Amino acid sequence: MQSIISVGIDIGTSTTQVVFSRLSMENTAGYFSVPQISIVDKKVVYKSDVYTTPLKSSSLIDGEAVRGIVENVYNDAGFRPADIGTGAVIITGESAKKENSEIVLKQLSSFAGEFVVSTAGSDLEAIIAGKGSGAAAFSKDGETVANIDIGGGTANIAIFDCGDAVSKGCVDIGGRLVTVSPDMTVTYISESARLIAESCRADIVPGKKTSMNDLSLLCEGMAALLERSLGIGGRTELLDKIKTSGSSDLVINKPVNAVCFSGGVANFIYDDERDKLKFGDIGVLLGDAVRNSRLVSDFKLIKASETISATVIGAGTYTTSISGSTIDYARDILPLKNIPVLRISESEQKSCFDGDSSVLEERARWFLSQCGGAVVLALRGEPDPSFLSIKRLGEAISSAMDSVLPAGEPIIVVLECDIAKALGMQIKQFSGGARSVISLDSIKVSQDDFIDIGKPLMDGIVVPVVVKTLIFG
Amino acid sequence: MTDKKMIEDIVAQVLSEIGSLQAAAEGAKAELDGSFDGGISEADSSGGISDNGGDEAIEDITSSESRAVLLLKDPEDYDALIRMKSKTTARIGVGRAGGRLNTRTMITLRADHAAAKDAVFLDVGEEIIKRLGLFEIQTKCADKNTFLTRPDLGRSFSDDAIKEIKTRCRPNPDVQIYLSDGLSSTAINANAEKILPAITEGLTSRGISVGTPFFVRFGRVGAQEEIAEALGAKVVCVLIGERPGLATSESMSAYITYEARVGMPESRRTVVSNIHSGGTAAVEAGAYIAELIEKILNAKASGVDLANR
Repeated sequence: MQSIISVGIDIGTSTTQVVFSRLSMENTAGYFSVPQISIVDKKVVYKSDVYTTPLKSSSLIDGEAVRGIVENVYNDAGFRPADIGTGAVIITGESAKKENSEIVLKQLSSFAGEFVVSTAGSDLEAIIAGKGSGAAAFSKDGETVANIDIGGGTANIAIFDCGDAVSKGCVDIGGRLVTVSPDMTVTYISESARLIAESCRADIVPGKKTSMNDLSLLCEGMAALLERSLGIGGRTELLDKIKTSGSSDLVINKPVNAVCFSGGVANFIYDDERDKLKFGDIGVLLGDAVRNSRLVSDFKLIKASETISATVIGAGTYTTSISGSTIDYARDILPLKNIPVLRISESEQKSCFDGDSSVLEERARWFLSQCGGAVVLALRGEPDPSFLSIKRLGEAISSAMDSVLPAGEPIIVVLECDIAKALGMQIKQFSGGARSVISLDSIKVSQDDFIDIGKPLMDGIVVPVVVKTLIFG
Repeated sequence: MTDKKMIEDIVAQVLSEIGSLQAAAEGAKAELDGSFDGGISEADSSGGISDNGGDEAIEDITSSESRAVLLLKDPEDYDALIRMKSKTTARIGVGRAGGRLNTRTMITLRADHAAAKDAVFLDVGEEIIKRLGLFEIQTKCADKNTFLTRPDLGRSFSDDAIKEIKTRCRPNPDVQIYLSDGLSSTAINANAEKILPAITEGLTSRGISVGTPFFVRFGRVGAQEEIAEALGAKVVCVLIGERPGLATSESMSAYITYEARVGMPESRRTVVSNIHSGGTAAVEAGAYIAELIEKILNAKASGVDLANR
């Protein structure tokens, strides 16, 4: 058994946290077969305190202060940057802006040099939080579980069935959308909170005094909207208005029968907090409203294994996967970062298997004209192809990519079926050594994803792969 | 009066049901007649009694689609059971009749057993050997029965056979690959054409010389020692059919040995097993084996000696 340390750094709207996990890998195939390396254990080994995200202005992160926090956490945890094998730094919520990403990347490059700062995007964030909270694992036992991660600015919802995220979405509902001073004067109200307050006739106006009653009224309105997102009561115009921009529509294909809460507000859903204005915002009241809503009475309530840390643990522990164990790669070009994915359809794959490269060539040419540089070809493959058809596929990919890729760019292929080594060999033969080739399998990616490929692990049998989206606000 | 009315109603209803039953029966008869006519005319056109038409209607109970069907009636959690079934070839979710298997499970077991027996008793097709351009050598076993009852003869060749191997094969290759039926001819039929060129190409592209491939009939794994000695091959690799089970009869293994010599311990062999459509795909296994052989050549060791490095 071998293990690597994975770091997760989450820089959110209101809080920043660092988590170290140990991912253990083992050959589970036994002595007499082709190796099969799997991640057999994931354990959080160090969890930092929750820090307030240092800001320079309302939306700009103070990079040097973030660096200071991360430096201290590394020291306290007893890890040096060289000890870290993989990981993810994600900027979430309101902080997910391109400028912030550049600031953080610059400041953290010595800690996180092997990987890249990225934003999860609200969709992936919902999935990451649901994995970190334990909701995904719980859904393997037959329940359809909705994980609602309620943070300061947004509620990210992901629905899990059999361990897989089947639907995700995000609404602008959170604990810091309204802040009040100790004398109940409203100091801030977000646009979405204003709309919700209006609809439930709660008197909350910036600069004016409000009452606990009005704030509770608003929070009940928010809880009712969360109920509606999960199919209790119909959709309303208001629900569409408060949908986070850039997030997916939460589609309920299969009735949800259990809910799990994570994020900062979750603590006040699971446990009653007496000091209702503890943080000078509506977080505690929102927790109360959700606890008294039909989300809790109509569904089975699952206790999250992590609440406020669900996202950072998800980022550090669940974003890294490993490739299949019979793969082909050019060692000297690894690691590779942020390579955009071009997903090949079934019919395009079929024409390649038939030896016709023109369709692929056209698609790839168009894609490269949009994104430039490198590209990952993602296809399903065939589970047990003939030698001739794998040869034709290799020739088609090699000839198409050779004619569209800029000089020096490697041919990178990611398959679902376990045939990457055979295909890699064919592509190499047809390209005649002119390009480096990377052929990986047992990895599922979609169009619009990006992937990082790390340095080989387990005597070079596998490589770590991080799949992510890079949509900046 | 009401009683009489009720009786009349019942009689009327029964009569009408009989009527519709009769109509259905006539319909079915018409259908039968139609298909019978079709069957005859097809048989006529193909010039004799054939099993077409009828054959298409018979479900292959050993196909993966048929196996995926849940036989258990009213399961507590249908989706969960389907998920479990997808993860194992074991016969779960099949239900039961009292303390026994249902008829369908029983006949599927028998069909699988028949496939396993076929794998052992049938011979590797001449066409495949021809298509791969191989010549054929037989061990000291004269027939299948001797092969099955005398494992020692399946590891050894007559002087004539050794002479033929020597004259027809390129001497002293880095790697000598050959195919052998072993205990499953079906495995060779299913995988040989996919795996042999994959290994050969993988080796030659690495600059490793590959000897003339051939086919050994009635061969056991241990036949590779005499072959390696006869040809002076550094590495010998046999692609051989594994003893079939009830899950698959198509499983092939590769046994690879560095400097194989008669009398050497079994621990000197490296094995890659479970090569079939439901295990490791043959082309992928071929690419893996080519790399493994390169590793064996570099380490000058195989089997436990290699694993201990």
